Amino acid sequence: MYDHDLLIVGAGLAGLRCAVEAQRMGLKVAVITKVHPVRSHSNAAQGGINAPLTDRGDDWKGHALDTIKGSDYLADQDAVEIMSQEAGDAVLELERMGVIFSRGEDGKLGTRRFGGQKVARTFFVGAITGSALLHVLYEQSLKLGLQVYEEWFVTSLINEDGVVKGVVALDLKTGELEAISAKAVVIAAGGAGRVFEPSTNALICTGDGLSLAWNNGAGLMDMEMIQYHPTTLARTGILMSEAARGEGAYLFNSEGDRFMEKYAPDYMELASRDVVSRAEQTEINEGRGIDGNVLLDLRHLGKDFIESRLGYLQEVSVEFLGIDMSEKPVPIRPGMHYIMGGIKTDVNGETGVPGLYAAGECANVSVHGANRLGANSLLDTVVFGRRSASKASEYVKTVKDSKILTNEHVEKDLNRIKKILNNKGKLRTSEIRNTMATAMTEGIGVFRDQKSMEYAKKIVEESKIKYRDSLVVENKGKVYNTDLLFALELGYMIDCAESIVHGALTRKESRGAHFRTDIKDRNDKEWLKHTLIYRDRSGEIKIETPDVTITQWKPVARVY
Amino acid sequence: METSCKSLLKGIMEVKLKVKRFDPEKPKDNIWYQDYNIDIHPSSTILDALINIREEVDGTLGLRCACRASICGSCGMKVNGQAKLVCKTRVEEIAPKGEILLIEPMGNHTVIRDLIVDLDTFFAKIEQITPYLQPDSEPETGEFIVSNESMDKLLTEMNCIMCGLCVSECTVLEVDKTFIGPAALAKASRFVYDPRDDQTDQRLNYLNDEQGGIWDCTRCLQCVEVCPKGVSPMDRIMDLRESAIEIGAKKTHGYHHTNSFEKSVTANGRLDETRLAIESAGIFNISRLIDLIPVGLKALIRGKLPPLFPHKAEDNKKIQELAKKIKEDK
Repeated sequence: MYDHDLLIVGAGLAGLRCAVEAQRMGLKVAVITKVHPVRSHSNAAQGGINAPLTDRGDDWKGHALDTIKGSDYLADQDAVEIMSQEAGDAVLELERMGVIFSRGEDGKLGTRRFGGQKVARTFFVGAITGSALLHVLYEQSLKLGLQVYEEWFVTSLINEDGVVKGVVALDLKTGELEAISAKAVVIAAGGAGRVFEPSTNALICTGDGLSLAWNNGAGLMDMEMIQYHPTTLARTGILMSEAARGEGAYLFNSEGDRFMEKYAPDYMELASRDVVSRAEQTEINEGRGIDGNVLLDLRHLGKDFIESRLGYLQEVSVEFLGIDMSEKPVPIRPGMHYIMGGIKTDVNGETGVPGLYAAGECANVSVHGANRLGANSLLDTVVFGRRSASKASEYVKTVKDSKILTNEHVEKDLNRIKKILNNKGKLRTSEIRNTMATAMTEGIGVFRDQKSMEYAKKIVEESKIKYRDSLVVENKGKVYNTDLLFALELGYMIDCAESIVHGALTRKESRGAHFRTDIKDRNDKEWLKHTLIYRDRSGEIKIETPDVTITQWKPVARVY
Repeated sequence: METSCKSLLKGIMEVKLKVKRFDPEKPKDNIWYQDYNIDIHPSSTILDALINIREEVDGTLGLRCACRASICGSCGMKVNGQAKLVCKTRVEEIAPKGEILLIEPMGNHTVIRDLIVDLDTFFAKIEQITPYLQPDSEPETGEFIVSNESMDKLLTEMNCIMCGLCVSECTVLEVDKTFIGPAALAKASRFVYDPRDDQTDQRLNYLNDEQGGIWDCTRCLQCVEVCPKGVSPMDRIMDLRESAIEIGAKKTHGYHHTNSFEKSVTANGRLDETRLAIESAGIFNISRLIDLIPVGLKALIRGKLPPLFPHKAEDNKKIQELAKKIKEDK
């Protein structure tokens, strides 16, 4: 039995930032992660991190308003205010920890422009900002001697009488299941991109944290808000950072038109992501695409500029498609990228379930609403990662005894795993997952309608049954059994998919990323509300629609 | 407008893979090679092929992979004997005519299962170099003021994704487990050259330490060759050597070796191997010199002992001019 004050599930930016804070506060902290910390998906964030710094002539209200407009007024404005106000300190702290941010001539941190914002307030490290931040936070975790359960997979939360007291986890290297007790658990386990096919997300983004929280009484909020990134590489689906457009790249259709003129005359290529993705998909659907893509053109920026400021993009373009971006435009298309929705938390990471907190992509505070601005995700992770540590540490001090009462928890998961391994089905995990994920993209895509969403729901329900009755896991061994790991992850993905289709079918309007071709308008009168979904132990779904928190920005028409 | 990306998006080819398997739970014959033939798009990566196998042919195949975009560093393994990040290695690059691809786990790492290796030692070596910024004080303005150029230079090292390919191919680590190794030393240089760090001399002195430090690299270039992110670890190690000498950290065989090499070549236009051996050891280092005796005797018996008085190159002046020019260029 292992014992901690605070256990953090996930070692990406939110998890590590939370851990560093808690460790500094003197708590007995551990992080549990199914991959080594530097393999976490925070790596994949490329373009930068937003912060309105007053000494640069910027102000937090400008950033807050851009974020709220970007969210199509679905973000809770009190939460956005906090994020915008704390952004400057959070970014400068990362610099002091060692991040090698790009600088201006004066030696201070420099910025680039990003989508949905008229001001350049995005701080960056080439096109590897996420990776640079993650590695520095990993360095800080080494400095502080943070304990990490590396390559351990959480199979369930330990919940006694509605109070979360730790986790049951599988040590992948040995195949042993163990109970790890903690006075509080923070879920910072990232997104659920694998619920869709294709997706820019890593294969590890399987919504583990969302499902764990959901199954322990937490609510999942605005799950229908799925971000399709406007520029993912043709065929491979690899992300091409918004930094390309931030630095001045153009989008062209097959007729050579800079088509964004029609959709966002003022912001052009730098409109919000949902707007650009819809524009591209419209061009493609109306026959002005090239094999299902449009073109991203950087040629006018010049080879030197591309290589120094966007080196990683040039690298993937050359290596995956054989295209030198200084000579040819690259074919790109919208691709599933991020979930704005997540575990409902307040501004301190509290989920409402005693002992359970959440931060990062798996959480929904909500600061992104119906559409996240580029470079706000990294900001979200560090601001709310830190805040959740503060709040959780207060709670930890009130917990006298965190003893787990029974041994049943491990037994229960052991039996579940045995059942999966002994199942005499015929369907591999991948077969069930690929069918479901393809249907999710079809049904809950850039454009959606009642029929498509119901189709997705039907496939999800079928997947649930197939998962229960027809699954086969070929590898029966203990040591690093990835076959079993994927089967367990699929269970989490199905939960996420279920919450997404329910959220989508609930919202009877179009807002941000949730664009219904059968109800095209935003409806503030009836739908300035979140969709909040609970599932009880019997599997019964309960849906609430709490109001959006509006502080000082009244919703107006969203034009770019 | 350029629209000729069609060829990139269509087509199919057969790929043959021979994969080295290891199952630690099998009582015997637990290492074997397994053949897989699959159909995929020619510009697919080797990772695509392996995922295809795992999903459609053999669910027991073990490998690590995550991002599929060469940024997480999970999928290092050997392809036809050389370490590669398979997510950024296209099948047609290695096997344009459908030749068999030999896939094995990385070298210099203990194998856990199939293509999955233990990276504990790798990360222990990263920890060995005090891998975090150590400034003496916090900047009053909230951020350190340093030139963009100084940060840009560090981007090369920052590109490291800790995939372990350089360590897999390191010829020194093959024989000397104490070597800090290419990845950790490249990481060390990221702090040595960071103007915000105030432990530069301490770091250099530590790395200069004989046991496993910067002088153990034999400059075989393998790490430069396989690094998927252009970090060129060996070049970073050479930078560190120069910086160590600059701060006066000279009490190493490595430094004496370099120094003797330079003196001999600039004086005679040729390498004086006898002098090199003695001066590298240190002329007052009696025990080390005694160690050299059997080596010398063996060389003598085989007729390979270098002459006691070195030959001089015919046109020594030119060599001296060259040496001078190199120094000036620096």
